[in-house]
Order: sequence, then C-alpha cells, then structure tokens
Amino acid sequence: MNTNPLDTNKSYQEYVNKKSPNSPIFKNCFNAFWVGGLICTIGQLISSYCSYRGLPTEEAGTVTSIVLVFLSAFLTSINIFNRIGKFAGAGSLVPITGFANSIVSPAMEYKSEGFIMGVGAKMFTVAGPVLVYGISTSILVGILFLIFNTQAITLV
Amino acid sequence: MKKIGKQTITFENPPSILETASIVGPKEANGPLAKYFDKILEDEFWGEKTWEKAETKIVRETSHAVLGKANLAANQIDYCFSGDLLNQSIASSFGLRDSNIPLFGIFGACSTFVEALSLASIFAESTGSNNLLCCTSSHFCSAEKQFRFPLELGNQRTPSAQWTVTGSGAAIVSKTGNGPFITHITPGKIVDMGIKDASNMGAAMAPAALDTLITHFEDTGRNPSYYDGIFTGDLGYIGKDILIDLAKKNGYNISSVYNDCGVLIFDKEKQDTHSGGSGCACIATVFSGYIFNQLKAKKLKKVLLIATGALTNATTAQQGESIPGIAHAISIEL
Repeated sequence: MNTNPLDTNKSYQEYVNKKSPNSPIFKNCFNAFWVGGLICTIGQLISSYCSYRGLPTEEAGTVTSIVLVFLSAFLTSINIFNRIGKFAGAGSLVPITGFANSIVSPAMEYKSEGFIMGVGAKMFTVAGPVLVYGISTSILVGILFLIFNTQAITLV
Repeated sequence: MKKIGKQTITFENPPSILETASIVGPKEANGPLAKYFDKILEDEFWGEKTWEKAETKIVRETSHAVLGKANLAANQIDYCFSGDLLNQSIASSFGLRDSNIPLFGIFGACSTFVEALSLASIFAESTGSNNLLCCTSSHFCSAEKQFRFPLELGNQRTPSAQWTVTGSGAAIVSKTGNGPFITHITPGKIVDMGIKDASNMGAAMAPAALDTLITHFEDTGRNPSYYDGIFTGDLGYIGKDILIDLAKKNGYNISSVYNDCGVLIFDKEKQDTHSGGSGCACIATVFSGYIFNQLKAKKLKKVLLIATGALTNATTAQQGESIPGIAHAISIEL
C-alpha cells in the first residue's frame, strides 16, 4: 500500500515532481544552439563587412552591437521576437538581442501608464538585475585585476 | 437553508439559475467550445487603449448580455456579486460602475465564480431577493502583465504553465424559476501543501479541490456516480491527473464523470496552451457557455461544479511563500 502523498509537504512535492512533465531539454538545447549560433554568425558577418569597408576592429564591434540591438528591438515591436524567444530560449536570450528585447518589451507593456511612471520607471524591470549585477561584477573584477595584475598597471 | 455535515449548505427552496452569458477572446474562440459562447472578440484590445480597459469592457458587456438574455432591466437585479484577478478587482468595479446595482466585490482568485453563485444562492433564500447577478472575468494580457512578464518578452513557458482565459461569464440566480437549481453548496477551506512553483498552479490547487470534493461527498452522503458531470475550474492537465489519482486513493473513482474546464476550453496540441486554461473566466465561461447549455438541453442533469483558486500574488511569490489553494463546490440539478 502506497503512503498518501498528502501526508507531508515534502511527500506531496515529490509526488508533484513525478506527475509534472519536464521541459524538453534536448530539443530546447538544440534549438538554442543553432539559433544562438546563427545570431552570432550574423553578427560576425556584420562585423566582417564593417572591417571590409575600412572600420577598425573595435568600431566594427560597436556597429555590430548597434545593428543587432536595433534588429532585436524592431522584431520585438512587431511581435516576432517573442516567437523566436519561445522557440530558441537561451539561444536568442544570451546574445545582445535578448538584452534589447528585455528592455523594449516592458517599455511597450507599460506605455499605458504614461512615459514617466510607465515607460521610464518600468523599462528596466527585466534587465535591471542584469545591469546591477553585471556592472557590479565588472567593477569588482576590475579592482581585483588592478590589485593582482601589476603588469597591467605598468601597461596602462 | 441549513448546514449539513461539516461545511455543506442545503436549500429548502433551491434557487434557480435563470440565465447565463459569456464573452471570450479570439484564442478561446479557436478552441473546442467556441460555438457555446455568446460573443467572441476579434482582438484582445476590443477597441480599448489598455488591457485593463478591455477587461473592464468585457465585464460590462457580459453583464449587459446576461440581462438582455433574461429580459431583465438593471433595476430588477437586487444585488450583484463580482470579482476578478486584477489588483483590487478593478475589472469588476469599473465594469459595473454605471450599472446602479448594489455590489459585493468578492475575491477567491479563480474560484470567484462559484463563490459568487454560492453567496447569491444564500441571498436568494435568506433575503427573498428575486434576481442576483454573478459575474467574473480574466484577461490573458492583463494577467500576464500583473503576474508574470511583458507579453513581448522572448521567454519560454514551462510544460506545467497554464494559459489565462480571456473573457467573462455571468449568471443570474433567482429565488424562483424552472431550474437548473442550486441544491447544495460546499464552501472550501484553504489547503496549502507547500507548492511554490507559480508555473504549476494545478498542482498547488489540487489538494484543495480534493478536500472540498471529499467533504462534499461525506456531508451529502453522495458519491461520484450520483453526478453525471463533475467539473473543476482550472486545475489543467496536471491538476486533473493529480485529483483523479488522489480521489481514487481516498476511495472515490471520479474518472468517468470528471473533467476540468481548463482542459476543455483549449485544444492543447493545436493551441500550445501547455497544461490548459486558467483564470476567473475559465470556469465562468465554460459554465456559462458549455455546461449551462448542456443542462438546458438536459444532456447533463446533475452537475458538481468545483471552482479552484490559487490565493497568491506576485509579491508573495517573490518572497518565497507557498501557494495556498481553495476550492468551492456547488451542485446544480434539474
């Protein structure tokens, strides 16, 4: 005789885990892999084209970011990026395209509350944590670099 | 009217459900129950500027529709019971602000519709009120905005996630009438088994549904075969599966007569709705559209309606609280 799953919260949680289907992880990973790869390839094409037209490597990188951010924002605004995201998951989320989407989508959503308390205040509800911890981490790493890599200091 | 058993109420003169009306969004209109709804929206905005205004309009129009179908003027309605999922139930209060009907705003999350029917039945018998309006609504877009993420965010939903039904259902409960009659109500208690995953509401609410189901059978002395239809509100595929299994473990085999409104309203494969529909409008529209139609056509004669609610909000979820569930049952018989 099986024990009753409702005996304790723990036994119910285990029972629910067994009853709930898992995400199709292999399919998701595969789609994320090839879509993410495709986005990066597009980025590389833009970068190479910029270099071919004579831009220095660093500036070519900047132009590439601008173009990808624009494309992502544009596709977000015409209700296409969310479909790509649903299909590719981290594949479209991890490149800079996902970052642009995470800022444009709340801006669109909260426009109904006005440009100050809506768009302005809510624009970073999704990207905010990434910015806060991303920038904080880069500062922390920078300080560590400064302390431990004396060679870099002499280079600067 | 008297209390029987632990928590069930039975009526001496069972109130009658006079008429129902339902309005749904375009996605629901592509589902298997499309033909049972009174009105279908072409798009989620319905000519309004915001999701909140759209949901408000759905409530207003559904209440007008049910009055029209019942041939009643607003001043013939004694009281109204209404609620929804938006903060402070604004879809209900804004939707009914010009109605001039005394209003009880109620909240039971997605169990609100049956809570409204329960309170209306008690009012009908105790105050002798002739006509009482019950109305609830939900809207996919306003719910996503309030509880989850912006619509255009490119994220993935888990397989256990449910899809909030866009729409509203309304019913008029009357002291007299030719039925279907509300014969018993079993208000549920809060059951919390510690589920914290807001993407698995069905699992969070299933224990509450089970508790109400068993209590109803014990209080009334009935068993599953007494009913030819037992419907839960929005447990979805996972919650439905859990409820059937747990009921069986408790000695009640409900599988032949039982279904869930969240399972019925969408075509899971074609519409990509994962674990099924949810929201206040789920049981409200499925009852007001499909089930009431089946009762009127005498294809269903004895129905047990169990609306399930997850009593949570976005803040408690972020604070790591678990999701308390509740379920209210009413039996509706010809």
